[in-house]
Amino acid sequence: MLAARRGFEPRRRRRREFTALLFIRLTGAFTAGVMALVVGFIAFNGAGAISVPFLTEYPRDAMTAGGILPAIEGTLILALGALLTAVPLGFGAAVYLAEYARPGPLVSVIRLGVLNLSGVPSVVFGLFGLALFVKTFGFGRSILAGSLTLGLLILPTVVAASEEALRQTPQSFREAALALGASRWQAIRQVVLPAALPGMLTGAILALGRAAGETAPIVFTASCAYTLASPGSVFQEVMALSTHILNLATNGTRIEETLPQQFGTALVLLALVLGLSLCAIIVRAKLRKGRRW
Amino acid sequence: MTLSPSVPADAPRGELLHPKLSPTEQGVRLFFLLCAVSALGQMLLITIFLFSEAAGLFLPAPGDRAVPLAEFFFSLDWFPTYPDSSFGSAALVIGSLAVTFASVLLAGPLGVGLAVYLACLAGPRMREFLKPAVELLAAIPSVILGFLGMVTLAPFMQGYLGLPTGLNVLNCAVFLAVMSTPTVASLGEDALSAVPQSVKDASYALGATRWETIWRVIIPASLSGLSTAVILGLGRAMGETVVVLMVAGGAAQIPHSLFDSVRPLTSTLAAEMGETAAGSPHYHALFALGMILFLLTLALNLAAFWLGRHFRKNS
Repeated sequence: MLAARRGFEPRRRRRREFTALLFIRLTGAFTAGVMALVVGFIAFNGAGAISVPFLTEYPRDAMTAGGILPAIEGTLILALGALLTAVPLGFGAAVYLAEYARPGPLVSVIRLGVLNLSGVPSVVFGLFGLALFVKTFGFGRSILAGSLTLGLLILPTVVAASEEALRQTPQSFREAALALGASRWQAIRQVVLPAALPGMLTGAILALGRAAGETAPIVFTASCAYTLASPGSVFQEVMALSTHILNLATNGTRIEETLPQQFGTALVLLALVLGLSLCAIIVRAKLRKGRRW
Repeated sequence: MTLSPSVPADAPRGELLHPKLSPTEQGVRLFFLLCAVSALGQMLLITIFLFSEAAGLFLPAPGDRAVPLAEFFFSLDWFPTYPDSSFGSAALVIGSLAVTFASVLLAGPLGVGLAVYLACLAGPRMREFLKPAVELLAAIPSVILGFLGMVTLAPFMQGYLGLPTGLNVLNCAVFLAVMSTPTVASLGEDALSAVPQSVKDASYALGATRWETIWRVIIPASLSGLSTAVILGLGRAMGETVVVLMVAGGAAQIPHSLFDSVRPLTSTLAAEMGETAAGSPHYHALFALGMILFLLTLALNLAAFWLGRHFRKNS
């Protein structure tokens, strides 16, 4: 008899059932709690620093006063540059993988490459960007080098999200286009891509958020501690929100005095990154619900 | 009956019944192929650059000391800027492993628990709320987590536990766990959800409770998928740089307890790369560290990939 075996008496079973499920439910509550704590702590401590001058002025008095305008500009420029690098390549690679590739050794190797690329630590991308873009290509520490490095970093994310979106487009769409006499490229361009594009763009926005939040890849390829003016060309270095926090919190000689600036910068960065991700998540949920196929 | 012998049954979705392609079509196809191959090319380029720059440490330019492989891999002394320099990576590798494994001890159970909750217990409304929350937790920039570690846990441990420094293995592990739990949870949930409903129904029909079904049926059935999730979480923690740079403390030593400060590979790279001259032995040594890091994470990824494939084959 099962019930007679040790550990299977009804009371023991009920108690174990209760404890085990309670622990699992607690992990759910714990995660939500951690998320709320992180956001709440930064928002509570950072809100005091946020003001119009903080968002529109340059830093003053050894970073203890003034604003973070150049860091905001720098982060936006670098993230958009990364997107411009990753989207054409990523969309192209996804179209090949979803629409053209036949299963075989080449495709397996490409997939393995993309998969491993997504697991390469971000600091290694930084080293690579330093060796290739900064030194070998001679771009120096610059917007160009940083954007290309970040672009490579987010490429696997863009490829994966776009391929997923393409695969969710029903096969009947392609068949219908072909039955009307369209060629393969016509079918892709005029039927498959328009249907998959919203999903592909959502993935791109998620990747944009990731690029905006990254620190390690731009420390040696693009960022500097302080600039006096908005960048005039892609060969100049810029400040960035993430590296600004890192510099103020670890390298500064006046760490205590810049604490409000650190919290304020952290809040701006958090709002930017979570705002972008949240937009993408909401749009994606709407797309899934509103899909007619 | 198949319409055309040139189209195999497992052809991809875009595979059409046009045996001959016009030049435009072939050109377009070639363009997309090049895009896909370029992703692979980057992986190759990264490997080549890391290895060739790292090689400069062992086969240096005339005038510099050639560092023996044994010194680099086994020496505990990392004194790159001393006149009598020494480039031993062992303490840094051990530092990386220490924070990674300490963090996975937290992130593993938590992530798997969360995955079980999302896949087996949570109602649809709860899932609708919690899944985006997990995704957002994964999106929090690591510099913010590191900053939080510096301003919350570090002063707490120093003040209330009487430690010499709050920047140590434990602090680092906690914030690495915050970062890698979402990875473990979302991949783990996919693995758990892939267990067919019929298997669960069979277990319930035999009189098993929900927990007995989870513990004895669902988890064993998705074990390789769950392992993949934990390994990828491990890889993410090992490659993380900024959290580690900010809260691990930075002393290149073998930790004897959770409260010792360490200097993992990633934080060494981030802290020192900005200050070295290109081409110096120190510069090459940092690339050699990058190479070790790259190989460690590559091994973890390949293990996860292999386990994942094994998992798909068996289900």
